[in-house]
Order: sequence, then structure tokens, then C-alpha cells
Amino acid sequence: MMATAEKIRIRLRDYVNNEEKLAPGHRLCAGCAEPIAIRQILHAIDGPVVVSCATGCFEVATTSYPYTAWTVPWMHSAFENAASSISGIEAAYNVLKRRGKIPADQDIKFLAIGGDGASYDIGLQFISGALERGHKFVYVCLNNEAYMNTGIQRSGATPRGAATTTTPAGEVIPGKPQWRKPFTKIMAAHDIAYVAQASPHNYRDLMTKAKKAFAVDGPAVLNVLAPCPRGWRHASDMALQVAQLAADTCRWPLYEVENGRTIVNYKPREKKPVIEWLKSQGRFRHLLRPAMAGLVQEIQDKTDQEWEELLKAEADSTPAA
Amino acid sequence: MSKKEAPRLDLPWREAGESGIVRDAGNSVLYETGTWRSMRPVRDFEQCTQCLICWVVCPDASITIEDGKVSGFDYMHCKGCGICAQECPVNIKKPHSVTGELGKVIQMVPESDSKA
Repeated sequence: MMATAEKIRIRLRDYVNNEEKLAPGHRLCAGCAEPIAIRQILHAIDGPVVVSCATGCFEVATTSYPYTAWTVPWMHSAFENAASSISGIEAAYNVLKRRGKIPADQDIKFLAIGGDGASYDIGLQFISGALERGHKFVYVCLNNEAYMNTGIQRSGATPRGAATTTTPAGEVIPGKPQWRKPFTKIMAAHDIAYVAQASPHNYRDLMTKAKKAFAVDGPAVLNVLAPCPRGWRHASDMALQVAQLAADTCRWPLYEVENGRTIVNYKPREKKPVIEWLKSQGRFRHLLRPAMAGLVQEIQDKTDQEWEELLKAEADSTPAA
Repeated sequence: MSKKEAPRLDLPWREAGESGIVRDAGNSVLYETGTWRSMRPVRDFEQCTQCLICWVVCPDASITIEDGKVSGFDYMHCKGCGICAQECPVNIKKPHSVTGELGKVIQMVPESDSKA
């Protein structure tokens, strides 16, 4: 494993002259945070990379036939098997290298991308399998917290109280009744070398995490928040502001689990109440009614509890100085 | 990137190629998404500090770079989302060179008011 102990410094002027691996002209909505996150990750990769993409917004919008926004080898996968396709590609690369068809000093990186539907729900067992087999690749979950590509249906990542087209807020239910799935924890429970939760509003953090993830000798997972102006109902220029609020309210903590050690990368100086985050998006509009104060309190309590657990995990896994 | 040819949309399926493989990597640059725009970002170059934040937050890689410095906007692809103007960290001291307003180095103006 590369020495991750040395501090990685991200200076944008070192990257601006690099070729864009994701070209403009893709058809993601104006103000979508997914291409921001992926551009930052792709810029953080040194050398050639092969990408496998699960079905989702990002896959259909970057490769609307007969166009492609990718300037690197890219493979379309079905909804569930981006991790499986990249496993096969990585295995083939190893064989070709062994047979001398790829030079021994040629280092190729492998990246699998899925949305939250592909990662939290449909592809979960395939990711789990690829992590267990130990392929050297990075899995990126672009988490926009619902099935946005097909029209905002709830997923395992949709937070409690969010209105989607399959959990509409009304007299019967106040948006999605269930809590979201702890995907980052599930990934970390595979005991792999690197798992992180990140967000594109903090490009230094995300690019550093991408560099760390590609440096480990084995699988790594990044769970990246990707605010969706259409599905979350916010203005098209607010994606990164909303992401910042998610970190400031501790609703989307930026942290990493590196070789079993939990490190919280961002601790807000002043932890904002979760209502600030709810107010920033139309999908939570119904929660602002006085009758919903109880549910808002429940969301606040759950957020606090998860934040305390995270801080405890950090304290417990930090070796005594 | 190499010179690209616009892909043909009228090919019968037999000639469309095996498995729908697109061999012209990055040919989406030929597709104009700038027509989506209702608001257009404009920059005051004199007061720009070249911090490159707009470049790293642009979803459409539409901040053009020359010699490591921001040189303008790619209006053929910019969708006018306004993230660059929202995230621009520089509060200007003099009125903006294009809009005449105070505020940020990058500001949004209605598309109909501007000529390409």
C-alpha cells in the first residue's frame, strides 16, 4: 500500500491543464451535482482509468447514443452489476499483464459508478461480492437519495420525511416513513482498506479521498452526496450550498474509515439544527408545518445520535498517543 | 481531443455498429447544451483572482482554461445553472465590468440581454 500517512495537498492549478475525462455536452440537468463530483474524482486520478457505470441518471445522460461524454474507456452495465463488470475487467487486465500483453509497468485504474438506487438497493450484493473477492477498484456511489432518472421514486437512500413520487406527502404519510439505509457503514463492515463519505462542495476533501481510494491495494468505496435540483426541489445554483448545509447539520458527515480507523474529516464549528437543511429543499416543505414538529424532532434526534456514534467510533479507533 | 465528426442519427441498425459501441470518445462536445440556458454567467476579468473555484465546481466543464488561467466560458455547453456565480468567493470592490453591479466576480444576466 502507498504511504497514506503523508498529507495529500490539493492545489487546483496542478489540475486545470489536464484533459477532461468527462467532456462537456452531456445531458445531465443544469445544476446537477453528479458531474461535479465525478469531474473532481477523475481529475484526482493519475494515469489511465477504465470506468464501468450502472444504469442511472449519470449513465444515460453521459452516453445518449450516438454520443458519449467519456474520453476514457467506459462500459455500460445493467442496474445491478457495475461492480461485477469492473471485477471482470480488472481480472482480464491482470491476466493480460501476466501474459505480457500489457507492459508490467503500465498501471491502469478501475472505477465503478452507481447511483444510490444501484448501490443501496439493486446492486448491493454485487458490490459486496466484488469487495469480498478483493478486486483492485474504486466504487463510487453518487447519492442523490432517490431514483431520479425514472422520476423521483423512493430508494433505500431516501431520508425519512422526504416526499417522492412513491412516498408523496399528504394526509396518509408525511413523506417516506422509513429511515435511510446506513450504506457507508455496510461497506465499512466488509473490512476493506478504505471507505469514505464525501461531498463535492468540499473539493479538497473529495479529491483527497479519491486519491487515497485509488492508492489502496484492493477495493475502496466512496459514498458521495449529489444534490439533485429536480428531485430535492431546490434552485439549480444551490446544489453545493445544500451539500454544505448537509455537512453543517451533521446530516451528511464527511468521514473515512481507513484500515479500520474512523476519522471524521469535517466537524462544523457550530452544528446547525437539522431544520436548516430541511428548509433548503422543497421535498421537505410539508415538514415545516407546526403539526410536523414531532417528526422534525425525531429527525434531529436521529441525526444527533448518529453523529455521537460517529464521534465515539473515531475516539475508540484512534490509537492513544 | 482529436477532430470529431458529427455522428449520424439516420443509420439503419445493421450499419449502426456492434453492440452500439461509440468509438469517437468524447464526441458529446459536438452536442450543444448551451441552448438550454436562460441565464448567462459573465465574469469581470480585471477583478478575478484566478482562484479556479468556478473551474472545479462547473458541472459541464465549461470554464475555459488557457495557460493555467481562466479565459472565459464555453457558451456552447454552459447550461446556465449558476453554480459558478453562487460559489464564486470574491466580493468585488468596484462595479462589475459587464453588469455594473457590486457582488461577485461572476454574475448571471438574462440570456436575452446578451449577444453571443
